[in-house]
Amino acid sequence: MHATLSMLLTQGGGHEAGGGGTFEPFFPGLVILLPLLGFVINGVLALQHARASANAVRVGGELELDGPRGRPSTHTLPSWVGPGVVLLAFLLVLVNFLRMLGAELHDPVVVSYWTWMATSTFTVDAALQLDALSMVMALVVTGVSFLIHVFSVGYMKDDPGYPRYFSYLNLFVFFMLLLVMASSYGLMFVGWEGVGLCSYLLIGYWFSDREKADAGKKAFIVNRIGDFGFLVAMFMLFVTFGTLDFAAIAHDAPETLIYGGGLVTAITLFFFLGATGKSAQIPLYIWLPDAMAGPTPVSALIHAATMVTAGVYMVARSSVLFAMSPVGSATVATVGVLTALLAATIALKQNDIKKVLAYSTVSQLGYMFVGVGVGAYAAGIFHLATHAFFKALLFLGSGAVIHAIHEALHHTHSHVDAQDMRNMGGLKQFMPITWVVMWVATLTIAGIWPFAGFFSKDEIIWQIAAFGGAEHAPFPGLYTFIWVLALVTAMLTAFYMTRLMVMTFHGTNRTGPHEARHLHEVSPVMWVPLATLAVLSVFGGWVNVPVAVQESFLGGMGALPMTDWLHHFLEPVTATAHTIHHDNLGELSHHAPWGGGEVAWALISTVVALGIVLASIRVVGGWKVKPAAEDAEPTGFAKVLSNKWYVDEIYDAVVVQPLLRLSRFCWKIVDAGIIDGFVNGVGYLARGFGWFGSLFQTGTVNTYAFILTLGVLVILGAVIF
Amino acid sequence: MITPAMVLSAILFVVGTFGVLVRRNAIIMFLCIELQLNAVNLAFIALSRIWGIDGQVFVFFVMTVAAAEAAVGLAIIISIFRHYETVNVDNFNLLKW
Repeated sequence: MHATLSMLLTQGGGHEAGGGGTFEPFFPGLVILLPLLGFVINGVLALQHARASANAVRVGGELELDGPRGRPSTHTLPSWVGPGVVLLAFLLVLVNFLRMLGAELHDPVVVSYWTWMATSTFTVDAALQLDALSMVMALVVTGVSFLIHVFSVGYMKDDPGYPRYFSYLNLFVFFMLLLVMASSYGLMFVGWEGVGLCSYLLIGYWFSDREKADAGKKAFIVNRIGDFGFLVAMFMLFVTFGTLDFAAIAHDAPETLIYGGGLVTAITLFFFLGATGKSAQIPLYIWLPDAMAGPTPVSALIHAATMVTAGVYMVARSSVLFAMSPVGSATVATVGVLTALLAATIALKQNDIKKVLAYSTVSQLGYMFVGVGVGAYAAGIFHLATHAFFKALLFLGSGAVIHAIHEALHHTHSHVDAQDMRNMGGLKQFMPITWVVMWVATLTIAGIWPFAGFFSKDEIIWQIAAFGGAEHAPFPGLYTFIWVLALVTAMLTAFYMTRLMVMTFHGTNRTGPHEARHLHEVSPVMWVPLATLAVLSVFGGWVNVPVAVQESFLGGMGALPMTDWLHHFLEPVTATAHTIHHDNLGELSHHAPWGGGEVAWALISTVVALGIVLASIRVVGGWKVKPAAEDAEPTGFAKVLSNKWYVDEIYDAVVVQPLLRLSRFCWKIVDAGIIDGFVNGVGYLARGFGWFGSLFQTGTVNTYAFILTLGVLVILGAVIF
Repeated sequence: MITPAMVLSAILFVVGTFGVLVRRNAIIMFLCIELQLNAVNLAFIALSRIWGIDGQVFVFFVMTVAAAEAAVGLAIIISIFRHYETVNVDNFNLLKW
């Protein structure tokens, strides 16, 4: 163990695969170890706190957080340790990133620490892969995580489980970094499962509430179905390639596999099944809205910015495989756009502020899958990054709102729902900073120029058109369909996000006059991360603007500091996939299905989105929104939407209930009936024989003597005759 | 000379066997077992005319064992009698399942 640790701490403990430039990794192992260290420290504090509160209960009291001697160290240390380790990890990633920028890196650098498992034919190393993709992901993960950790210091400060919360959060960052920096599917799967575990722990963080514990279970069980797909795909990869290393598979795939063959299609479809579970796509998206039971910063970190994008990352990481399977890629894109549309329609009629954002996340994840499904891997990752910024901002903003309302309700001992937008309204006068940053995020997600979401979403929509119009594009009609649905979804997004803003921040205040007096802006520890994310949401998109857009007036005729850097930076990762696309599909189209080039459609989409936002402000502003307690039940189609298309009910009837019935059959009939019956039958049989034998044991000597004589006679008879 | 001795031995053995089977008095049953043993002894002696000295040697073994058996058996019967004040074996049927 000691040797292992020292190896991790020495710079670049292993060999470098591939002779990439002069890039020298800078303590990559430490990036992963730091959050793990945070987990250990906070975990110890959490256990200390648990013991202290158990002792307090035993002597008949309750542990007061604010006693005469101030907060115990179990509730002050995590505020520094939790965000601290993530900040250090972020800085380390930043150093690596800057070094990579300086070097012309073509082949990924693999830093191998030790052999995790080895059999005669199968070896998995505990190795980290440092390339453009893992660096971008690690930057986003650590950067956004740090801001959310800081926000959590304010949001969770009065929670009794404070150290436990931070230990889970640090553990999550550890597994997430393992996921994005692993150099093989095997090690990636460790991170994949680990983030699922942390997701479960944090959704059910307030586990004494039955509903929240159930939501955690739902997330875990639904994810299991996806993990099954991931595992099967890994088995198939191993049988085909004899290895699970990314670099080896990407290198061998074009020769080993047949373009469009059944094997590669099966592999990609199973991988995508895994992605639908983790990234909440049809048919496995149902766990994500329920996951909002967790604390709001958790929703921002795990269920919006990082973990749920793991599926997109996985598809981008397997870009060579997906590029070789037109059917697999088309499935990814189709499922993505259908999910985007379905979730957007549901979001139209949700009243819980976090539920709206949850469905919005599902919808945006659908966009990312459309991006990677049409071969625009850089665009998918780009949208992943910008989405991490603006969705984290939206969730943290909603967290600030919920926090403020909750505190106000606490003052008046009211028990109305602090997350229901019908109980909000007019908050902008109480929370001006939150109001501004939330509008920034809303304009971003709605795709308004020049915010980040405009560039990333527009890039994806454009790439659908370009891919569908390629010379030998498979299923060209399908891509036109996807393109139209993507545009429709973008418009729905603009509407439901504006509805959220107007219902929450505008109009008259519906919290009640007594509560309104206690409403106030959140503390700086909460709004500073919000402001930082807002800046990123505005300018984050400028790192990947196509040259044509830069030079149009959308880029200020080239005057604004925009660049298509990200695209080039990711080129080493996506190059093989692009070559495969190019060889098989020919040139990509330069105009949309109904004419018009990239710039024209970018302009159209932002004008339409802006129009919808402005119109919805007027329309939603004109609604007479009543507090939740007085509001009537929706009717007609609105009822279908507010009940989420009854998907949960359908799943319950089609999957859950039959499964329960089958389980009950297995339990009552098969197990208790047949198997137990057999085992008990054997017992009864033995007892029956025993009872029969005991009949001869009368205890009377004469009987024994008689039987003995009889036996002797029988044997004698047998001998004689 | 052998045939009458064998016939007498057979008669004694059958009498002993029937005695064990039909009588209920433990002492009588015990005597009947002795009768069986001695019937066998008689057969041994008689047959030793044909088969040599082995049969006679065996009789000594049987007599030794019978003496030991009588000592143990009578001791058991006496202790049972002290407990139950009867030696009727119909009363002794507790030793079963």
